[in-house]
Amino acid sequence: MSTSEYDSYRPPEPEGGRRKRRRGGRGGPSGPDGSGGRRGGRGGNGRGGGWKNRGADGNREMPMVEDVEFTSYYGRPIVKAPPWGDEIGAYLFLGGLAGGSSLLGFGAQLTDRPGLRIASRMTAIAATGIGGAALVADLGRPERFLNMMRVVKVSSPMSLGTWILSGFGVGSGVTFAIELDRITGEKLLPLGPLRKVLHAMETPAAVESAFFATPLAAYTAVLLGATAVPTWNAAGRNGLPYVFVSSASMAAGGAAMALAPVTETGPARLFALTGTAGEAYAMSAMRKRMHPAEVDPMDDGEPGHKLHRAEKLLIAGAVGAAVVEVGARVFAKKLGGRSSGGSASASDVAGAVAEAVGSAGSAGVAKRSWKTRAVLRGLSVVSGAALAAASAYTRFGVLEAGIESTKDPRHVVEPQRARLEERRACGITDDSITTGR
Amino acid sequence: MSTPTIDDGTLADGHWHDSAHNRKGFFTDTSICIGCKACEVACKEWNRNPQDGTFELLGSSYDNTGSLGANTWRHVAFIEQDSERIEKARESGRKLVNLGMPTIRPRTDESAAAQPLDGALGAAAEGRTSAGLPTTPDLNVDLLAPGALEPTDLSNVDTTPPDTADFRWLMSSDVCKHCTHAGCLDVCPTGALFRTEFDTVVVQNDVCNGCGTCVAGCPFGVIERRDDGTINTPTDRDDRKAADMDVPNAGTANKCTLCYDRLVEGQEPACAQTCPTQSIKFGDREDMVDQAHDRVAELHAKGLTEARLYGANPNDGVGGTGSVFLLLDEPEVYGLPPDPRVATKDLPKMYANAGIAALGMVAAAGLAFLGSRRS
Repeated sequence: MSTSEYDSYRPPEPEGGRRKRRRGGRGGPSGPDGSGGRRGGRGGNGRGGGWKNRGADGNREMPMVEDVEFTSYYGRPIVKAPPWGDEIGAYLFLGGLAGGSSLLGFGAQLTDRPGLRIASRMTAIAATGIGGAALVADLGRPERFLNMMRVVKVSSPMSLGTWILSGFGVGSGVTFAIELDRITGEKLLPLGPLRKVLHAMETPAAVESAFFATPLAAYTAVLLGATAVPTWNAAGRNGLPYVFVSSASMAAGGAAMALAPVTETGPARLFALTGTAGEAYAMSAMRKRMHPAEVDPMDDGEPGHKLHRAEKLLIAGAVGAAVVEVGARVFAKKLGGRSSGGSASASDVAGAVAEAVGSAGSAGVAKRSWKTRAVLRGLSVVSGAALAAASAYTRFGVLEAGIESTKDPRHVVEPQRARLEERRACGITDDSITTGR
Repeated sequence: MSTPTIDDGTLADGHWHDSAHNRKGFFTDTSICIGCKACEVACKEWNRNPQDGTFELLGSSYDNTGSLGANTWRHVAFIEQDSERIEKARESGRKLVNLGMPTIRPRTDESAAAQPLDGALGAAAEGRTSAGLPTTPDLNVDLLAPGALEPTDLSNVDTTPPDTADFRWLMSSDVCKHCTHAGCLDVCPTGALFRTEFDTVVVQNDVCNGCGTCVAGCPFGVIERRDDGTINTPTDRDDRKAADMDVPNAGTANKCTLCYDRLVEGQEPACAQTCPTQSIKFGDREDMVDQAHDRVAELHAKGLTEARLYGANPNDGVGGTGSVFLLLDEPEVYGLPPDPRVATKDLPKMYANAGIAALGMVAAAGLAFLGSRRS
């Protein structure tokens, strides 16, 4: 190393030599770096780098663009990610949960399962309320949320979704009001003669809510699919709606398992199990049909972690639900089948409420087998929660994978190039946006 | 079919069939763009768009704007390429020309040498100074003569881009494409986005509630929600944060309006008016496409097979764009998608799938209740 009189102006040499430090400074945990490495011009003021690492050891130029198979404009994104944060992820989950719960609530009403009915309807209205609030909160101008109701636009899944959610909310709200009135002994709500009207509307409202329930669970998949975001668009074209309704069934079944008594949640367990099977199958089928560059964001980084976590929870929850189902059938006697009264009368309801809240104190049957009951109930709660969490992780994972896929132009360029070349290979040469003349 | 600008495919897109106006559009000829960014400035000034960020240097090229966005409606891309890339571009362009169309004689060394070079190119080839630098070509214009600086008919002036063997600079002014099948317009749930009488796509900022669906719907990454944007550099003012500053139309989607406010007054968009090289041309979209076809043929005849058009094909995934570009390399080099497709094209299929999925969910629920019937 040569010396000069200006050496004194140099900053002190870092420990262990520059070269080593430089590597350490730039490497770091591979989270954001993995995709960011391609981006040009990020050598400037990144963490750990500082000015010392900027060509301080010679006038070496920072590499602007790494050599990669595809070309891009300095690795900058081509498609923009929508400004959708966790609120939207939460809504994707809650919308599905609400839709599925409404179906369960309607079924419970028809098959006389008051505990399941109440739990499902409460879940549905809570999910609708929180989900709707999350949607409004995510707007750039929340005070203008009613502008969503200006038009009905078939070409806009968001517009249809608004109307679906609104329609669903009406039926769901009415059934909730009825349940609330029942729980409070038909005294709290100052309804007067309208009480009869309200209760007469139970079945129509439940039907209306159930009518919008499945569209509510499915439309969000189309909403994500009808975008230019590569991973969402590819997923939407390759079966995301199936993933989302399965996920919704799983969430609703799981929530009901956690909230309603074991004896009544047989349908919820089967519903959830169907959902897990559907999601596992639809998800793997969808991934296979997508272009590798479109699937990558679902495997890597935080979205990948979320989706993997969802898989694990799904399996655990499914096993748990299956065990509870088998247990409930084997120990049906011990659990004490509910009094098989013909119709759900008001006197029935009080007992059902007690059961729904989970108090094991209902006399009579409790004496015989409280241990079996407690184990099954506990397992039901845990596996139900796992299923609901799996659904939530799936939704967040898919949402974030899409947002991630916009950050690296590779996910945009490679699939588009591939399909363009494919069409050209088939002899279709007249539909390219780039033309030679 | 009331106006000649509309073809069958566009009928579903809400055009104003009885409009007195023709469809308007840009033709951005990047072969004569000099990267001066006057369009960016004129656009910002006219539309009073806030600045992006904090004047950071991107460090990748002379382009420090980066990309189109809520506050940037014109963006000049700047790319430096070596001879290898130029040859590749020339090759890919040649392939494009040969796709089921009459072939154009590729440029060989002999033909290049035999071709008489004129204009700046010729001057560069012949008149080299001792330092090896090309001299300024003689334009035969006395700049001091009366009327010499008046706008003149430039149609006869040679606009062949200088052909440097070793490297080249690509400069391209990107803008909203005003697609025939506009993804942003299709997915907008509030009706804030609409198609004007000029067949352009414009946001009504007093209606938009900032849901962000259009951002995801644009295959070109043009439209964006204005979540930040500052009038002054935040570092300048300690007393005020950037977020507190007066940002017009904050929280709503923003993009190029093709200067709708100027068009209704019979003027041309600010960027086109200010462009010093006429790289940005504005007019009836049909004329623009015709000009584009002529220009690319002209460049090909000169052996510049890398020239190609972007957005002039009505059969492409977005039905052709209102803003047509002449590019000198693959679109992705400029940050443009190579095969954009309006997202709503697959919508019927997706709705059908969602419908089946929804029915499946009903069936699953029904079976779940049947399967756990109590005896």
